[in-house]
Amino acid sequence: MPVDTVAELLQRGGGGHSGNGAPFGSGREGNDNPGTPQRVYVTGMILALGGILMFFMALISAWVVRRGFPNGDWQPIELPRILWLNTLILAASSFTLARSRRCLVAGRDADHRHWWGVTAALGAFFLVGQILAWRQMLATGLFLATNPASSFFYLFTAAHGLHVLGGMAALLVVGLRSTRRLTLETATRVAALYWHFLGGLWLLIFAILVVER
Amino acid sequence: MSSQSRAADDLTRAPSGGPQGFLRRYVFSTDHKVIGLQYFFLALVAVTVGTILSLLMRFHLVWPAAHLPFVPGGIMTPEQYLALITMHGTIMVFFVLTAAPQSAFGNYLLPLQIGASDMAFPRLNMLSFWLTLLAFVVMMAAFVVPGGAPISGWTAYTPLSGLGEIAGPGEGMGQSLWAFSILIFCVGSLLGSINFIATTIDMRAPGMTLMRLPLTVWAWFVTAILSLLAFAVLFAAGILLVLDRVAGTSFFMPAGLVVNGVLQTNGGGSPLLWQHLFWFFGHPEVYIAILPGMGVVSHILANFSRKPVFGYRAMAFAICAIGFLGFLVWGHHMFVSGMNPYSGLTFSLLTVSIGVPSAVKTFNWLGTLWGGRIQFHSPMLFAIGFVSFFVTGGLSGIFLAQPAVDTTLHATYYVVAHFHIVMGVAAIFGILAATYYWFPKMFGRSMDESLGKIHFWLTFVGVYCIFMPMHFVGIAGGIRRYADSTGVAYLAGFQPLHRFMTIAAFVTAAAQLVFFYNLFWSLRRGAPAAVNPWNATTLEWVAASPPPTDNFGGRFPRVYRGPYEYSVPGAETDFLPQNIPPVSDTTGSTEQRHAG
Repeated sequence: MPVDTVAELLQRGGGGHSGNGAPFGSGREGNDNPGTPQRVYVTGMILALGGILMFFMALISAWVVRRGFPNGDWQPIELPRILWLNTLILAASSFTLARSRRCLVAGRDADHRHWWGVTAALGAFFLVGQILAWRQMLATGLFLATNPASSFFYLFTAAHGLHVLGGMAALLVVGLRSTRRLTLETATRVAALYWHFLGGLWLLIFAILVVER
Repeated sequence: MSSQSRAADDLTRAPSGGPQGFLRRYVFSTDHKVIGLQYFFLALVAVTVGTILSLLMRFHLVWPAAHLPFVPGGIMTPEQYLALITMHGTIMVFFVLTAAPQSAFGNYLLPLQIGASDMAFPRLNMLSFWLTLLAFVVMMAAFVVPGGAPISGWTAYTPLSGLGEIAGPGEGMGQSLWAFSILIFCVGSLLGSINFIATTIDMRAPGMTLMRLPLTVWAWFVTAILSLLAFAVLFAAGILLVLDRVAGTSFFMPAGLVVNGVLQTNGGGSPLLWQHLFWFFGHPEVYIAILPGMGVVSHILANFSRKPVFGYRAMAFAICAIGFLGFLVWGHHMFVSGMNPYSGLTFSLLTVSIGVPSAVKTFNWLGTLWGGRIQFHSPMLFAIGFVSFFVTGGLSGIFLAQPAVDTTLHATYYVVAHFHIVMGVAAIFGILAATYYWFPKMFGRSMDESLGKIHFWLTFVGVYCIFMPMHFVGIAGGIRRYADSTGVAYLAGFQPLHRFMTIAAFVTAAAQLVFFYNLFWSLRRGAPAAVNPWNATTLEWVAASPPPTDNFGGRFPRVYRGPYEYSVPGAETDFLPQNIPPVSDTTGSTEQRHAG
């Protein structure tokens, strides 16, 4: 979470009021309208990312414990090479998404839509690539319960893949302009937060899988 | 007319608006107040089931050979007793102690107290409740599937909980349902906690700074942070457990395990890993249960002492400190797991350090009472009862925080007595105090005071009669989880004490009928309540009773002062609601004119 966001979180809310001496605000205008502010969706997403991070940290700590357990049943697995390509694709999608957001801010709507579509396509490629990686693993006779290393491989990739699937849904919903309560600026910001987080999370998971060998 | 009563008039006149039709309004509602009440009534059902299970256990401990018509076979087996333990603990911890203080009262009151018209994400809020209800239904289903309910305790320790049917009745389908129910509950709680935190951060009324938040809001806010971090970990642990059970993985299942003469094929995992993951959730869960009660008690003690909360800032920081330290002490549940003594010492030191913020809270509660003009209404009695139980249970906790002492006492009734008093009964007293206190706001009617006082005294004395002797049984070596200790020579001497505790339990449970009668009678027949019957200061008392769908009837309160301005010198009334502006007056006290 960026530092300015944290500072913003602490300062916003009730700090300032005009002090006109009324027990109630004057109605549906300005600072007095308590309708859901757009920033709440960003806050909600940051919190959700906190929860998701804790979930993966729990899995990773289980990996640390299980791998260090001294009983010799941990057999390192050969990672499918396509994972490297998938990693590149997912990293690239973060850059295209950032570019799409920049185009939106600059008012170049056509470019924004173009790069948004490219991001969604890259996300789909990533998921297809992950499924191919699974097929390669299964073809070599490594199943979920074959040994703890393969268990964690499937666990990590499945848990991350399901979150990416959710991210794809978010990209589509925003791309089709189906967000009713969020402005386009907020919707793209929330989706981008989630997508970049999933990219970073994959780098962490992939690093773990590589180290494991 | 004072500006306060004028404000109240404006609000009570406001049309309620909102969705029409029974289903949209009361069943699939996105209104935080309706959802709060849904959680409340779910918790009432759950606490009834959980209490009946505990009474069955108490009965069986004293009369183990009694014929029970509803038990298959007539006489309760040890496995059936363990199933009662498991389901009692699970139902009480998740569907009562988590659902009532946080999800029910937090949902109902947090938006009101910060001057918001609803939660940040109303539809997510509705989803949270329906997931929780689904989790409850799945959990109840464990009673009726073949094999019955699981026998591994609410902590579901592996390998027992990971083995499946071979480990005993209830470990097949029953334990699977338990795990699925917990996973569903986790999702509901995670969504709920995101909602609570985002609402507190972003939806506060103008002027509602962090240091003007009622302590209840501080407690719900910090509790939600604990929920977000802890339930995410339990969710991960639950998935690993389910995989061990259904997919043949070996995260928790140890190597070379022979169960009922059969060597288990999946193995090599670490049962202790489950304990670590579970208690990383489980200890914060204790504070998820008790922190909202602390907020409620601070709130009520100030109201009925007609004094500001003593040391408001210290109270707010103590809540944060307890929440933070709560994540560093899970190992004290595992002293007997064979952990490194240095780890034990570390966990022990961190655990006793929680005594510091806990003592801050306790002394500040006493400081709030000190010199106050105390009014002993029902909510106040239960709030004081909370302080009593928190101190009693907290002190036995300091003993248990010593690894050497805990090693002796861990498997005894001493631990049962400790956590029931500090986590169970104290939290329940917080819930009851909140019920009596906010009932007029929630339903526009008052509960009966005399019945409330009878309920309090019977429950207060009854609970001590149940759990005080239990400490002595524990110190003397009475082992918990035994279905029948009558055949064990050195335990036989405790039977008279057990009989006393069982009778006390039945009397205390019967006293709750007074509460239920009072609750449901007052819902329809209670005397109509004023908008602010307790002369309280926080924003929920500015709204109508019950508040309209948008809470403040199209008006949005502004906040000018702290939450507990009681008996302010110079003011004409002894309470100043948070939305009353200060009057800039050159001739005297700024507080004098506006309240008149």
